[in-house]
Amino acid sequence: MSTTTVAAPDTVTQGPEAAPLWRRLLSVSTLEPLAALVLASVFFAIRTDTFFTPGNFSLIIQQVMVVGTLAIGQTLIILTAGIDLSNGAIMAFGTIVMTKLAVGGSVPPALAILIGILVCAGFGLANGLLVTRISLPPFIVTLGMLNIAFALTHIYSNEQTVSNLPRLLTVLGETFTVGATDVTYGSIVTIALFLIFAYVLGQTGWGRHVYATGNNPEAARLTGIATKRVLLSVYTVAGVIYGIAGLLLVARTSVGDPQAGQTDNLDSITAVVLGGTSLFGGRGAVLGTLIGALIVGIFRNGLQLMGVASIYQTLITGILVILAVTVDKLSRRGNR
Amino acid sequence: MSSDIDPTAGPILTARGLVKRYGHVTALDGADFDLLPGEVLAVIGDNGAGKSTLIKILTGAEQPDAGQITLDGAPVRFRNPLDARRHGIETVYQDLAVAPALDIASNLFLGREVRRRGPLGTVLRMLDKPRMRTESARHMAELRIGLRSLTQPVENLSGGQRQGVAVARAAAWGNHVLVMDEPTAALGVKESGQVLDLIRRIRDRGLPVVLISHNMPHVFEIADRIHIQRLGRRVGVVKPGDYSMAEVVSVMTGAMTLDYGEAHQPLVVDQAAASAVGIGPRGEATAPGDEG
Ligand SMILES: Nc1ncnc2c1ncn2[C@@H]1O[C@H](COP(=O)(O)OP(=O)(O)O)[C@@H](O)[C@H]1O
Ligand SMILES: [Mg+2]
Repeated sequence: MSTTTVAAPDTVTQGPEAAPLWRRLLSVSTLEPLAALVLASVFFAIRTDTFFTPGNFSLIIQQVMVVGTLAIGQTLIILTAGIDLSNGAIMAFGTIVMTKLAVGGSVPPALAILIGILVCAGFGLANGLLVTRISLPPFIVTLGMLNIAFALTHIYSNEQTVSNLPRLLTVLGETFTVGATDVTYGSIVTIALFLIFAYVLGQTGWGRHVYATGNNPEAARLTGIATKRVLLSVYTVAGVIYGIAGLLLVARTSVGDPQAGQTDNLDSITAVVLGGTSLFGGRGAVLGTLIGALIVGIFRNGLQLMGVASIYQTLITGILVILAVTVDKLSRRGNR
Repeated sequence: MSSDIDPTAGPILTARGLVKRYGHVTALDGADFDLLPGEVLAVIGDNGAGKSTLIKILTGAEQPDAGQITLDGAPVRFRNPLDARRHGIETVYQDLAVAPALDIASNLFLGREVRRRGPLGTVLRMLDKPRMRTESARHMAELRIGLRSLTQPVENLSGGQRQGVAVARAAAWGNHVLVMDEPTAALGVKESGQVLDLIRRIRDRGLPVVLISHNMPHVFEIADRIHIQRLGRRVGVVKPGDYSMAEVVSVMTGAMTLDYGEAHQPLVVDQAAASAVGIGPRGEATAPGDEG
């Protein structure tokens, strides 16, 4: 190392090195939310008698299952520097499609579920086409789609809740027991989806391209990445995930409810942001989102156990989001 | 990874009569271009002269409205950057070189990720991160770009190191032509020097380099020939030794026109273009006011 180097003279060329596994799984941006999660848990465990019980954990998991699943799709979209305001409404429409088809009896339950998920995928595809083909801002596209899906849900459902569902639609809401804790099959689905997308984002070329497209779209395009196709696939995959979230919602509530999911879009964004994913795109991790969703769930649950009125829960969640975005913005300042 | 220098060979990359319009703006107005084997060709010109547009067309990022491009003497059309890259033309674009949040190895392999062998790669599409890191490390060492770790995000690097990564990526994949748009524009004196050294090493490995730059000392330090771009055309090609910096700047700004007398015969010249910009018949460069 005697000749000129592009680096500062005191640096040395080293062989390839891999960070330890735990470090790679939990990127720096995931560690902060994890700390917040632990602190919140400790706080509520001290302040209430019932927080730290298996039954309560099972409840929290069930409460965050649907929003957590929606937030996986939201994470994909936010990683591309987009945002999705329509996911809760798309999911609600999917649940009405599934339940109405299945209850009429004319469609086998499995096919009804499949059609419901495909309809959600179609909405995602439509979002993606509008964002990529006409280059509309995701915020506007999904705001429009929010209203369309919301209206269609109410038109198609006739404002009626759909009940008496075949068992296949609610089986994911059934539980099995691990130790003293009741676990729903649905929460296993949610966890599995988180793990699948953690793998896909972290270990595949498509994942790299999602990050690159969100981080520097022009550079990504110039390296030969088909950035528009990446975006289109992200919105479509998100739609599929919303459909699965819809099935989980149906399983949890045992009905198709046209009023469901109305604040889930914002809750999913909250989970993503609290999980350390940057709204500016290109940075973050889906396991962070799982932690973010748990933070929201734990705050809601813990404050409830402490007897705090639900409107204050909303207030505190709002403050948390703004804090998280501020931290994101400040920590990026030096790099942008 | 390197092409052999053959002085008897014709130009590697040429363009004739390139035209590119953006609405009412004519960015290129019949521009010519020639890159010879094994050289560093600097492209200079005022702001808006069409340097970036020329380079974008030569690298497939933009399509010309008119004109022809040849590579190794054969006509080519690049529909997109990938197309040009398949022909071994790699580019470091101005300000658009890297994805800052991704690590160095990811950036070097961006758009060309390597998957694992076997079902992990084919079925599960798993990236071969260890292999990409090893190859990145080997390549960075070959170009003598010293970095502490290849797993840190590129945004943690200094400007010079970041540019080093961008240049290294292009050099790793380019086996024919390396194009760089203002690679030293955002760098300090020392870092610029390091990037210039890197360019020289790449040239010495046999890869011809096209270098766009505003910085005359850099151009005169490193270029084998200088392509002068003005108002969307090439107004001349000179060797650094044959003209002073002041003369070249005068030609670039239009204060002076190049002439094609015997003393200063440029290596490559398109006579139609030359006469179109009023290149005089006399044996020396003339200011426009002196004529007649
Ligand atoms: N995408 C574009 N849209 C509109 N005008 C452009 C575009 N790119 C370049 N131009 C115009 O074309 C001319 C040449 O630009 P450019 O090739 O960037 O010049 P240079 O790199 O030499 O400064 C300028 O007048 C510029 O404003
Ligand atoms: Mg330019």
